[in-house]
Amino acid sequence: MQVVPRMTGFTPATPGDVQSAVEWALSQRAPLEIFGQGSKRGIGHPQEAGRALDLSLLSGVTLYEPEELVLSARAGTPLAEIEQVLADNGQELAFDPIDYSSLLGVRREGTALGEGGRGGTIGGALAANLAGPRRIKAGAARDHVLGIAAVSGRAETFKSGGRVVKNVTGYDLSKLMAGSWGTLAVVTDVTFKVLPAGETETTLAIAGLTDEAAAGVMAHAMSSTAEVSGAAHLPQGIAARIAGGAAGSDALTLLRVEGFGPSVAYRIATLEAMLGSAGPAETIEEPASRSIWRGIRDCMPFADGSQRPVWRVSMAPYQAHRMVLALRMEAGADAFYDWQGGLVWLRMEAEPEADLVRRLVRAHGGGHATLVRASPAQRSSAPVFEPQPTALAALSARLKAQFDPMNILNPGRMTPDAD
Amino acid sequence: MSGLVMPKPDAETLRRRAGIVADLRAIVPGEGVVDAVNEMRAFETDGLTAYRQLPMVVVLPQTVDQVSRIMKYCGGHNIRVVPRGAGTSLSGGALPLEDAVLLVMSRFNRILEVDFPNRVVVAQPGVTNLGITQAVESEGFYYAPDPSSQIACSIGGNVAENSGGVHCLKYGLTANNLLGVEIVLITGEVLRLGGRHLDAEGYDLLGVLTGSEGLLAVVTEITVRILKKPETARALLIGFPTSEQAGQCVADIIGHGIIPGGMEMMDRPAIHAAEDFVGAGYPLDVEALLIVELDGPGVEVDHLIGLVQEIAARNGSTTCRASRDEAERLSFWAGRKAAFPAAGRISPDYYCMDGTIPRKQLPRVLAGMRDFSERYGLRVANVFHAGDGNLHPLILYDANVPGELDKAERFGADILRLCVAVGGVLTGEHGVGVEKRDLMPEMFTGIDLDQQMRVKCAFDPDHLLNPGKVFPQLRRCAELGRMHVSRGGLAFPEIPRF
Repeated sequence: MQVVPRMTGFTPATPGDVQSAVEWALSQRAPLEIFGQGSKRGIGHPQEAGRALDLSLLSGVTLYEPEELVLSARAGTPLAEIEQVLADNGQELAFDPIDYSSLLGVRREGTALGEGGRGGTIGGALAANLAGPRRIKAGAARDHVLGIAAVSGRAETFKSGGRVVKNVTGYDLSKLMAGSWGTLAVVTDVTFKVLPAGETETTLAIAGLTDEAAAGVMAHAMSSTAEVSGAAHLPQGIAARIAGGAAGSDALTLLRVEGFGPSVAYRIATLEAMLGSAGPAETIEEPASRSIWRGIRDCMPFADGSQRPVWRVSMAPYQAHRMVLALRMEAGADAFYDWQGGLVWLRMEAEPEADLVRRLVRAHGGGHATLVRASPAQRSSAPVFEPQPTALAALSARLKAQFDPMNILNPGRMTPDAD
Repeated sequence: MSGLVMPKPDAETLRRRAGIVADLRAIVPGEGVVDAVNEMRAFETDGLTAYRQLPMVVVLPQTVDQVSRIMKYCGGHNIRVVPRGAGTSLSGGALPLEDAVLLVMSRFNRILEVDFPNRVVVAQPGVTNLGITQAVESEGFYYAPDPSSQIACSIGGNVAENSGGVHCLKYGLTANNLLGVEIVLITGEVLRLGGRHLDAEGYDLLGVLTGSEGLLAVVTEITVRILKKPETARALLIGFPTSEQAGQCVADIIGHGIIPGGMEMMDRPAIHAAEDFVGAGYPLDVEALLIVELDGPGVEVDHLIGLVQEIAARNGSTTCRASRDEAERLSFWAGRKAAFPAAGRISPDYYCMDGTIPRKQLPRVLAGMRDFSERYGLRVANVFHAGDGNLHPLILYDANVPGELDKAERFGADILRLCVAVGGVLTGEHGVGVEKRDLMPEMFTGIDLDQQMRVKCAFDPDHLLNPGKVFPQLRRCAELGRMHVSRGGLAFPEIPRF
């Protein structure tokens, strides 16, 4: 038995150790709480006390072939390490996963709260299906994962996918792991498609737009040939809270273009010509552009050290401003928009107002809302993840049971009722 | 594969056939139910024509409610259902079963909504792939995945197979361009997954449904993302004395941070067959030909054309032409697009394979194919999606020569085993279907396959939907659900001390 038992749980260092840990949990019917660095441990329904399955020692890049655009790593490998390895070769994880640490107030060892750096692991990025502002062009973790190895709640090690981009051999269980929050299986190894990083980037910033005008500008930009890789709107007062206030306090609509130098210059000029009349515009170059988009990605405007409820809403982009307007009629909320409006971050004044938020999302083209930050009491009383219609919820529960029949992997994290 | 074993027909179902046909007619009136043998002939095979089987009955519903009632009826009466789109599957995914209802979705052929501000199209599954692009091209938009069969194949079939095309390295597969579906389960329940938003809620059922080959549910509505057409596209036609050099050129292009819109390779037999057929102006004195297409703003495309020309020269290209206009670009593609019919012209029959390999393994796999070719005494021509490592070897044979089909199939199986051995996979875009079903254990362990089948159990616990496809052996769900119990407790007695 190589598993190193701690007072509170397991810290496996190999996939075999993970299987042993799950075997033990299965034999005892003892629930496991699975995490890497724990940067997202505060997301989801508070779980009953389970043994920790800490994957932070299950770490290391196991294969990287830049010319094949492929990287494999143990699930607990820090994103910081992976991003560094890729950057050394001019490549990146194109889905640019959000770092939740600042928003959730998770302090990493050796750093002050909110102090730069990069939290999270590659396994966590898959388990939560993370993405960043480039989602509108490049997709999320689910769109880049090529293969996995994992230990199911039956304590069986299985694999899915492979290391090539084009693969339809068997069911895509790798995608199924994306956004499953560790409730189906413990992923031990991941293989991702990686891509060349843009040579440079420039952001066009248009000041002073209302949410509605910004929605129009962003839709127009996204329908152009400029290949916009970031489209965000920060209403008045929000912009001041990113990149050290460098962007000023006016409302800002931001459009990012990435790629080869001459192409970026040309496409920014295209956007300026198209949108110049919308409001006062300026271009922001590197490194300021990078730091602004990192701030948007990591939801820095709401990283205020508080527990005030924060919603992450995924909806049809062109409906978002209408939903926010309707919400403001009934509750106090700050909002800003990424993904052309397809991602809305909402910070509520005091209570999550779950029913209200979800009713308004449904009324505006549908989508879903996740309560990513709230006090444990609020997370216990309001469904953190969007409740599903009966037939869909039943299907999800059947799927969970097929992977984890004894309900030992992160039980209750996504659906408290399933226990 | 010639010895393909399909699930044993259910005698009770066959005995009740007349009653089943009558019950289906009550759900879908008029010509929507076809049971005459001569009329069912049109449905007895798909794009994999080596296999034929008449279905028990064909039903062509027109509404979601009809699909739901058919599924509920079949689910409730233990009747198998084989879904079918346009019937262009190259792996036998829509091969009928003797005792199954063939559920044909071709009457679901309407575009339901075009939504430009959200850049999505909502369509019924029977709309062709090209039909999506045609619905939006007046505004300069298109739907990115473009399988070669795009004039005929249906978008619902694309979802079932997770179809790709020549542009998928840059623009992704069906799974990356699909936002939502409405599906019907074998219980008749109608569910919606996703919508016009980007992220799935809950488990990524949309992800697992895409490429599930009609074994999990029937799709009745589809929402896909559309993209603005690039301003320009130009292609390079580059010839090399060896496939190693061509392969290194591909690696170097990507190593320079360039992701071409399309990057295709052809070997000498494929070049000659294509040139003889369409006269595209391909060089005949090269071992490997690359077509590299770059798209985007003109300034970017011109910049990258220059870079790729330099990279090609450094890798010893003996010919390198850049298209000067749209007509020339299309002429570069003409030979590649005609590769399959060109193979059909130099051989009575051909058998198309679909493995994917890590690109750097190309020389090894091509050498292996030459050995197999000698061993089996059959010629092979290769076209290759070089950007993403997807190989399409065309094995040339004559079905009228006794034993040749069997030889071609064994040749193909050897190629696929080699693909897996070098770190690749059995199928890149054509699907497993019946064709590669029995090769699945080459890639997956019993545990891997069991876990995939458990996903099926969550959707279709009685294995009524498209049985006999994908999985070499369908195990009963009750058996798959069993935990291994020993001595009154679960196995695994080691308990760590806390």
